[in-house]
Amino acid sequence: MSDAGPDMNDQAPAVEIRGASKIFNPGRHNEVKALEDIDLHIDQGDFVTLIGPSGCGKSTLLRLIAALVDPSDGTVLVNGKTADAARLDRDYSMVFQRAGLFDWRNVSRNIELPLELMGWKAADRRRRSAEMLELVKLTEFARHHPAELSGGMQQRIAIARAMSFHPQLLLMDEPFGALDEMTREHMQNELLRICSETRITVVFVTHSIGEAVFLSTEVAVMSPRPGRIAAVIDNDLGPRTDATRDDPAFFSNVTAVRDALRGGH
Amino acid sequence: MTAARTLLRSWLPPVVAAVVIFGGWEAVLAVLRPDGFVLPPPSEIGRAVAENFDAIITATGVTGFIIVTGLLAGVVVGAALALLVTASRAANETLTPLAVAVNAVPIIALAPIFNAWFGLLSPRSNQAVVVVLVFFPIFINTARGLTQVEPSQVELMESYGAGKWRIMREVRIPNAMPFFFTALKLATSLAVIAAIVAEYFGGRQDALGNLITNSAGLTRYDDAWAAVLAGSLVGIGLYALAVLAERLVMPWHFAARRPA
Repeated sequence: MSDAGPDMNDQAPAVEIRGASKIFNPGRHNEVKALEDIDLHIDQGDFVTLIGPSGCGKSTLLRLIAALVDPSDGTVLVNGKTADAARLDRDYSMVFQRAGLFDWRNVSRNIELPLELMGWKAADRRRRSAEMLELVKLTEFARHHPAELSGGMQQRIAIARAMSFHPQLLLMDEPFGALDEMTREHMQNELLRICSETRITVVFVTHSIGEAVFLSTEVAVMSPRPGRIAAVIDNDLGPRTDATRDDPAFFSNVTAVRDALRGGH
Repeated sequence: MTAARTLLRSWLPPVVAAVVIFGGWEAVLAVLRPDGFVLPPPSEIGRAVAENFDAIITATGVTGFIIVTGLLAGVVVGAALALLVTASRAANETLTPLAVAVNAVPIIALAPIFNAWFGLLSPRSNQAVVVVLVFFPIFINTARGLTQVEPSQVELMESYGAGKWRIMREVRIPNAMPFFFTALKLATSLAVIAAIVAEYFGGRQDALGNLITNSAGLTRYDDAWAAVLAGSLVGIGLYALAVLAERLVMPWHFAARRPA
């Protein structure tokens, strides 16, 4: 990523990974080298996509940042502290491919879940949940059950839940992977709108080249077995609109990412 | 108008089915005229119920108490065991094989042995049979519901810094509810069977199981059928209670089936 030169602000980088590797089941017959020698630097406010074929370890890398998986070697810092400290400080929030809403809670109480875990008072939770519903434009569904919503709406609620406590970092694991193409493009626009309103840092895992180029400021291209970062491509397309999808610069960056993916093996 | 129609639509089919079945039963027997011990017609069973009403009510009370207390104890044991093996790996590795082994024992065959333990005429031995028979389906289904959770929901909770107990409360237990209630509905009929069969071997003399064996021994088959009917009604009542509890405890499960 952008070299560790002078930052725009003197905050610690959002993510700083040095020499990280991950071996699952070390020393056993099913040992897997998932990640090898990963260096990654993400500045505050960046939107970084991790892209690569399945098995390249992009989801594992995301979980390394989330401290849901421990590195076998190397260091992972989030906001200048260990990933686990950042987890316990609730510096980040996650969104998964499956919205993972709790059927036993209505939409509003799903959004309140992290706030409950953080010990917020009921009135504050309700106020914040209403704000979040406004952010994702689903206010009228506050009292619905998740199963009554479409896949795209469920994923918007999952994003609202993730943003509810105003984390500094959003970790997204193929969040739109299960949605149809139309919904997907709509969700991408919505995500960029929400990001520009909240100035949040995003790490976004995808296997769609178009999605990576449309969304991010930088694309980290990964190669498999063992997972490595093959290239980091600067992707400065300026503010995105629907016209961006037809922009020649968009297509040339799509080509650059595709070439990097091919070069990876 | 629509409420009356809804009511009609939900009640009419079972009522029609009952009339057809019992009417057909009565009609076939009227034509074939088998000996009464093969199968008495519903009208004979109804007369036997009326004749022995007090004895049947008493017996239903005695056996019903065994069924309900045994069922409750079995549910508590099964659910507690499920929580334990889900929370602790050590508990899982020691208790699950034990539970499987206990379940593999032909439990009804233990009834005479339990009589030796608890006393031939004591309801304790019958309750014990019910508990042992009921706990396993509750245990195995609840444990499955507690463990078979959406992995990303657990990761989500961990990402919020939630501990094991919080994940149990917020994710695993609600997730296990449909599994638990499926097992509970199965367990209601198991409990009825277990109590009555156990009573064939011992326990109080004024219980349904004894009423059935004694009546059959005296070739009073209509009386035996009357007692069977009483046992069935207890089973149906408990099943209905389980369905009601299911709806009260997890309204979301049924709300989710409503279209948006």
